[in-house]
Amino acid sequence: MAYEWDFGVVLAQWPLFLKGLGGTLLIAAISIGLGVILGAIIATGRMSRLAWLRIPAGIYVDFYRNTPGIVHFFWFYYALPIVADIRMGPLEAAVLALTTQSASFYCEVFRGAILSLPKGQWEGGAAIGMTRFQTLRRVILPQAALRMVGPFIERTFELIKTTSLASTLAYGELLYSATQISAQTYRPMEVYTVVALIYFCLLFTFSLLARRVERRLTHV
Amino acid sequence: MKNHILKVEGLTKSFGTNQVLKGIDLDIAPGERIAIIGGSGSGKSTFLRCLNFMETLTTGAIYLDGTRIGRVVGKDGDKESVVYSPRTLCDVRKRVGMVFQQFNLFPHMSVLQNVMEGLVTVLGKSKGEARQIAEAELTKVALHEKLDAFPSQLSGGQQQRVAIARAIAMSPEILLFDEPTSSLDPELVGEVLRTINTLGEEGRTMLLVTHELGFAYRFATRVLFLYDGKIHEQGTAEEIFKNPQSERTRAFIARSSEFSL
Ligand SMILES: Nc1ncnc2c1ncn2[C@@H]1O[C@H](COP(=O)(O)OP(=O)(O)O)[C@@H](O)[C@H]1O
Ligand SMILES: [Mg+2]
Repeated sequence: MAYEWDFGVVLAQWPLFLKGLGGTLLIAAISIGLGVILGAIIATGRMSRLAWLRIPAGIYVDFYRNTPGIVHFFWFYYALPIVADIRMGPLEAAVLALTTQSASFYCEVFRGAILSLPKGQWEGGAAIGMTRFQTLRRVILPQAALRMVGPFIERTFELIKTTSLASTLAYGELLYSATQISAQTYRPMEVYTVVALIYFCLLFTFSLLARRVERRLTHV
Repeated sequence: MKNHILKVEGLTKSFGTNQVLKGIDLDIAPGERIAIIGGSGSGKSTFLRCLNFMETLTTGAIYLDGTRIGRVVGKDGDKESVVYSPRTLCDVRKRVGMVFQQFNLFPHMSVLQNVMEGLVTVLGKSKGEARQIAEAELTKVALHEKLDAFPSQLSGGQQQRVAIARAIAMSPEILLFDEPTSSLDPELVGEVLRTINTLGEEGRTMLLVTHELGFAYRFATRVLFLYDGKIHEQGTAEEIFKNPQSERTRAFIARSSEFSL
């Protein structure tokens, strides 16, 4: 017998879906903002000539690259209170996990774009007496920024999808709302179909926006 | 007594275990035009890049106007340890300009902005003053009508002349050229060499690494033949090209087919 779809009862829960979407957007926005800042700092360390900055930054990136995202969520939520006696709510733990993780990815986005510029650009700046910092600011970054746009958008999409892991901490984002609605309505198939559609619309809208921004930037 | 603007003493440079420069001594007087010739891989670029510290010396010393560059902080046997602060290096590079084989122009800046950049960012000049200087230098290299063009819109020869304008705008005391015409199409070589020649006529102190032996002969007040990390032979253009003392120098010049005096 064919499954009988019934979206009515599920869609009646729209306030809960909306609340979940709000939760998703909130942690995504905070984590993108903080992740970019932290990522820039770590990228600076990773490209420094000072070993005591470079090596820890490299270890940081390797750590996040080689461990699954959900472990970070659990660690900040369950382990940190025990290890350091720091207790925090699901929102804080989720933001910390997402921020530290996306920082390592953004770091590589920044670093990759900067390293993709030919060495001659650094030398062109140095040869007229510019400091490394002046060359970075005036010569390297304006060119690297354009090359960052694509990978940056790619990473940000990953980050937005990763916010769903926050549901494991009972943080009220989209997927957590979905679990709740599904428990109330016994309609998991409809619920997750709706959730998939919401994610799709969200990310698809973003990607259309991103493509426009990218086009504008690369066509100056 | 001759006053030396640049003095090189016992310069060696190694990359890992590969010793590329094996002890170079050189005194350069103001107004000298020195051509550096030699086979590929003989260390010509490395030598030039040591002079403005694009490469750090392994041992040896460089004096600019009698002042040693870098601070000797200790001695380990007969090897000194020298600290070169970023500040010192920037100061040296303001005084010793460099023009590269690959131009190294800033592609996101217009021709005018390329030349103004050092004047504003490094020398702290106002935009207005920098613009005046940049326009004057670009006029000198015959590119005044290209002020607002971007490097990618120019021919290789034009790009190299912008790079020359960018270097001379900083009013360096010495100019280094590392094979400035080697990446140019043959028909564009002449315009760049003419520009370099004009600078020489102004009495500027210049070092030029080149494979254009004909130009080196007409241009240089002194020619260095680099071989195996050392100055193998040096003398006036007449001496080196017409009457080389070393068999190796003679063979190198004979081998350079494009050479016509
Ligand atoms: N950054 C570097 N790292 C390692 N080896 C280098 C580097 N730059 C130059 N060399 C080596 O130094 C030698 C001389 O190179 P170079 O000075 O470029 O010669 P030339 O300009 O006379 O052709 C070559 O064997 C080259 O491989
Ligand atoms: Mg070379």
